[in-house]
Amino acid sequence: MKKRFKLEFNRDKCKGCEICVSFCPKKLLALDKEVNSKGYHPACITDQDACIGCQSCALMCPDCCISIYELEEGE
Amino acid sequence: MSKVLMKGNEAFAEAAIRAGCKCYFGYPITPQNEIPEYMSHELPKAGGAFLQAESELAAVNMAYGAAASGGRVFISTSSPGLALMQEGLGFICSAEVPLVALNVSRGGPGVGGIQPGQADYIQVTRGGYNGDAKIPVFAPAGIQECVDLIYECFDIAEEYRNPVLILADGMMGQMMEPVELPPHKGITPVDKISQEKPWAITGTDSHEGRNVIYSLRMQPEVLEKHVEKLFEKYARAEKELTRWNSLSLKDAEVVFVAFGTMSRLCAEAIELLGERGIKAGMIRPISLWPFPDKAFDELDKSTRLVISAELNMGQMLYDVKNAVQGRVEVGLINRTGGVVPSSLEIVERTLKLLEETK
Amino acid sequence: MKTVFAPTSGMTPVDTSYCPGCSHGIAHRIIMECLEERGALGRAIGVVPIGCAINAHHFMNVDMCESTHGRAPAIAAGIRRVHPDKLVFTYQGDGDLASIGAAEIVHAAHRGEKFTTFFINNAIYGMTGGQMAPTTLIGQRATTAVDGRTVEQAGMPLRVCEMLATIDMAVFVERVMLTNPAQVRRAKAAVHKALDIQEARKGFTFVEFLSACPTNWGYAPVDALKWVEEKMAAYYPVKNFRTVEL
Repeated sequence: MKKRFKLEFNRDKCKGCEICVSFCPKKLLALDKEVNSKGYHPACITDQDACIGCQSCALMCPDCCISIYELEEGE
Repeated sequence: MSKVLMKGNEAFAEAAIRAGCKCYFGYPITPQNEIPEYMSHELPKAGGAFLQAESELAAVNMAYGAAASGGRVFISTSSPGLALMQEGLGFICSAEVPLVALNVSRGGPGVGGIQPGQADYIQVTRGGYNGDAKIPVFAPAGIQECVDLIYECFDIAEEYRNPVLILADGMMGQMMEPVELPPHKGITPVDKISQEKPWAITGTDSHEGRNVIYSLRMQPEVLEKHVEKLFEKYARAEKELTRWNSLSLKDAEVVFVAFGTMSRLCAEAIELLGERGIKAGMIRPISLWPFPDKAFDELDKSTRLVISAELNMGQMLYDVKNAVQGRVEVGLINRTGGVVPSSLEIVERTLKLLEETK
Repeated sequence: MKTVFAPTSGMTPVDTSYCPGCSHGIAHRIIMECLEERGALGRAIGVVPIGCAINAHHFMNVDMCESTHGRAPAIAAGIRRVHPDKLVFTYQGDGDLASIGAAEIVHAAHRGEKFTTFFINNAIYGMTGGQMAPTTLIGQRATTAVDGRTVEQAGMPLRVCEMLATIDMAVFVERVMLTNPAQVRRAKAAVHKALDIQEARKGFTFVEFLSACPTNWGYAPVDALKWVEEKMAAYYPVKNFRTVEL
C-alpha cells in the first residue's frame, strides 16, 4: 500500500523565499498567486496526493512554516 | 569581634567573599593586583569561582553573564581598566543586572601613573558609557569603611538591579589598617537562585515562563519608557543612597569638601588650622553620585569659603559649585598625577585662599 | 494521521525578523530541534550576539540574554561559572565573532570553556547593511568594498575553524553548510555531537554554519544557497576539524 502524506503550510508565516519550491524532488510546490497577510506570495502544494513525505521542503524552510503528516488508511 | 591588620586590597576581596560573592572576574592592573591574587586562592575555598579574564572588556562581560544568571558578582580594576569596562557597565544598567565593581584608582590621563589619584571622579560619576544611565558611587575614606561598603553594596545592587561602584584609590588599596571583618553570609546555592532572583536566566525548568535579559529596544517609545523607568530608580537612589559626613561645620570660616584619601589629609589640616586660630570644617561626600547637595544646607553663617580638595584638576569642583549655589566663595586645592599633598601644604594653600578672598 | 515533521517547540510562535531565505532561520530551527530532542530546552541558557541575530531571543524558546558586541563567549563563561550543570551556548555572526569578538572566542576556546558556540558565517555584516566582514571573500562586493574585497586593502578572509582547531582545548570544531537537505541533516548531527561533548565536559565545542544572506549579497534565496556551495565552500571547506571520542 502506497504511503500517503499531507503537507500543511503556515501560510501567514511564509516569506515566499521559494527555497522549498526548489528542493521538492517531485516539483509539487509553487508560490500562490494570492498574497498572505505579510504581503508575500506564500508557498503551497499543487498536488497533495503526489507528496512522498521526504521532508526536503521542511528541512530547508527558514521559517518553520511546514508540517507533514502521514495519513492512515481511510483518511 | 577582634580586628585584624590587613592590606586594603586583601581586605576588600575578603569583604566580597564574606558578602556571599559567587564569582570574581578581573584582569591584572596596578594598584589593585592583590585583589585578583587573593580571590584566586580564597574565593574557591568559599565555594565561589575565580576567573582571570583576557581583558577588562571580557571581565565586565563575564560579570554580566554570571550576574544575569543569578550569581553575586564582584569585579575590580583601576582607572584605565574601568575605561575599558564602561561599555559593559552601561549595558548592564540598561539590562538591569546587579553587580559590585571596585575602582582602586590611579593618576591619568592615558596610562598615567600607578600612584593614587582621584582623576576618575568624572569617569565614575558621569560614566564613560553611552546613553542615559547612572551608577551609584561610594567613596570610602579608609579600609574599614571600604570593607563595610563592599559588604553592603551587594544588597544595594540587588535591590536596585543596577551596578554599584566603589571608588577607592591606590593609597587605600596598598596601605594596611586594622579592620573588623563582617560575618560570612554564604553563597546562594544554585537551586535557590530563581527563588531569590525570579528574573535571572537559570533555564526555564527553574521558573515560570521564559526569562530574557536584554537591552535592545527598537521602538523609540518603548526605549523612552524604559529609560524613564530607569530614572524612577535613580530618583529613588537620590533619596535613599545620598551619604556624607560633616565635621566641625559650626562657626567654621572655611569648609573643605573632600572624599577618600584627600578627606583624611583635610582632617589633619583642620587640626593644624585650629592651632593657628582658624576654624575649619569639612563635608565629606561618601556617595559621589548621588552627590550630597543637601549637606551644603548645613553650612554655617560664619563660613565664607568652601574649598574643593581633590587629587585631580578640579573635577568635583563642578558639583561643589552647583551645591553651594553661589552662597559663598568656592576655591580649589589640588594636586594631580598621583602626587599627594601633605596636610601642611593644604594649610598653607588654605591660608593663601583665605587671604585672596578677604 | 501521524506527524512526520512539525515545527519544534524550541521555537516560539513569533515570526522571525530575518529576510526571506536567510539561513538564520534554518540554523535556529536545527539548534532548537536538537535541544528539544535532548529534552534540554528547560536547562539551556543561550547568549545572542549583536547583529541580525540579536533578535534570536524572541524566537528561541529558552532562557537567553543579549550581549555587547562580540563578548558573548565572555558572557557564556560567566553563566557557566554560576551554572556548571546547565547547557550553555552562544549564537554569533561573523562580524560579531570574527571581528570585534575575536579575542573572546579565542580565549574561550583556549580555556576549554564548557559551552558551545554556533557561528553563522555569511561573509558580510547583515544588520548594518552589507559592509565587508573579516570573512568576506576576495572579490566579493560589500558596501565598504564596492568593487570587491582585495587582498592589498583588506587581507585574506579569516578562517575561524582552522584557527580554533590549533587550540588544544577546542575539542570539537566542525564547519557545516545549510544549502540542501542532506547538508542540513549533517549540520544537525554536528550540533548534537557538539552538545554531547559539552555535556561530557570535555572542552570547548564549535560549529560554523556557512549561511546565505540573500539581501546583502543581492541574490535570490535559491541562488544565494548555490553561491554558498560554489564560492564559500571552496574557500571554507565543509568538514570536521577536530573531535573527541566519548
